[in-house]
Amino acid sequence: MFEALRDPKLVWLFGGVLSLLVISSVIGSILRNRQKPGTSRTTIDNLNARIRAWWKMCAIFTTAILVGRVGSLILFAILSFLAMREYMTLVPTRRGDHRTLFWSFFVIMPLQYYLIGIQWYGFFAIMIPVLAFVFVPTSIAIAGDTEHFLERAAKIQFGIMVCAYCLSHAPALLLLKIPGFEGQDARLLLYLVIVDQMSDVLQYVWGKLIGKHKIAWRVSPNKTWEGFLGGVLSATALGTALWWATPFTPLESAGLSFTICILGFCGGLVMSAIKRDIGIKDFGVVIEGHGGILDRMDSLCFAAPIFFHLVRYYFVP
Amino acid sequence: MSERIHPIASLLAAIARGISGVQVQWAGCEPDDRQRIYFANHTSHLDFVVLWSALPSEIRAVTRPVAAKDYWEETPLRRYLAENVFHAVLLERGSPGKAKNSDEAHFVGRHLIEDMASALGERNSLILFPEGTRGTGEKIASFRSGLYHLALRRPDVELVPAYLENLNRILPKGEFLPVPMLSLLTFGKPIQVVSGEEKDIFLERAREAVSSLRRIGPA
Repeated sequence: MFEALRDPKLVWLFGGVLSLLVISSVIGSILRNRQKPGTSRTTIDNLNARIRAWWKMCAIFTTAILVGRVGSLILFAILSFLAMREYMTLVPTRRGDHRTLFWSFFVIMPLQYYLIGIQWYGFFAIMIPVLAFVFVPTSIAIAGDTEHFLERAAKIQFGIMVCAYCLSHAPALLLLKIPGFEGQDARLLLYLVIVDQMSDVLQYVWGKLIGKHKIAWRVSPNKTWEGFLGGVLSATALGTALWWATPFTPLESAGLSFTICILGFCGGLVMSAIKRDIGIKDFGVVIEGHGGILDRMDSLCFAAPIFFHLVRYYFVP
Repeated sequence: MSERIHPIASLLAAIARGISGVQVQWAGCEPDDRQRIYFANHTSHLDFVVLWSALPSEIRAVTRPVAAKDYWEETPLRRYLAENVFHAVLLERGSPGKAKNSDEAHFVGRHLIEDMASALGERNSLILFPEGTRGTGEKIASFRSGLYHLALRRPDVELVPAYLENLNRILPKGEFLPVPMLSLLTFGKPIQVVSGEEKDIFLERAREAVSSLRRIGPA
């Protein structure tokens, strides 16, 4: 444990995150104090609530990385579990899906993380898209209820894909053996998470500051072109500036962080469309106090697998 | 009578809370150590433990479930859980209906009410599922009359409606392995029997008090 602290570049990354948190907390409290009494405070209260949540998330994430590979794996397994729990709670399933769902939570999802743990890449890559894909509709069919059969099978498979398969590609970065980067893979995971989450945050900030033209107002009224461009460009600039922590050149880092930002945006957009379809605003809103893990992870769900495969294709011989 | 909480009861309560991820909302009243009858919809074996675990521990210690004797005395394990762990009040389910004539039904029914009244005693509270059996969760079945007679027998005890949402998807009837979805538990405003109120009208009103607490709607 804490071996990670012997890596000075990792310490620099943690230091950067910490200073960002401190700066944003200071800005948050300045905004709160400058607020004229009587005016609407919702945006600023919301901002401060988000900052507090970020402190907690960063603390948990840092601890996991300090514990090492197993720590990151367990953290992401828990995130997958919580995300899938929110998803399956809100997606309509029927009594006949019960055993399929049991298998999804207690066999398929843990197995996916176990395969990363034992570094069995071949099985890890096909288990859910091939085996679970066959298993889910079969087991629903065996249960015998054919009403809305295709919808139910598709919804469950999609949930397992997004919450377990896609998300598990983030800690799977620790599997990659990049020449000259041995033992430093924790930084690659941190890089992905920092760029992805900062892209979300910066899109939110730019959108609040100068957002006007809606991108897809039917799906997500808060997403504007100004927020999107400002967020993606500034997060790409941040990702480029972090090239020293990765095995990439500055140019490669720019390309990869741009990809992460775009895919993160796609993930958020798709999850918003799903929420619109179910008729809720946030996955965490209906079940208050259960924080909407999926709302935070939606961008990572799309960015992680593509980033993983790009790195694997171009940087692993 | 059950002043101390059995350690297995606390353990099962913690497990049930974990599996059901239950979020508790006191919408019509606050947790209180006065004598109460909590009555709720019934769709899952988890119902009682989840509702019980949502109460503060000092209230938990004096709150007992009412359960069906035929089911809970069937195996030694069930009997142990019901009697020793949760200090359940076990009743002969549906026995007034089995009686040969209305006099006998009346007599057996009275007997059940007396059992519940004496279980309440001076300081206990009860958890009651007036549907009498677990449903599918789509709609709440009509209530058995025990709640009405017990309310008349003990007008000093508060009747608190509660709605357990989504537990039918977590552990439905006929399954023994749970799916860990999230659930909601809402406690509503206490109700009373209005003087001169007829049995069926009160029971329908009580059922309405429970179903009005539904927050997401049928799954």
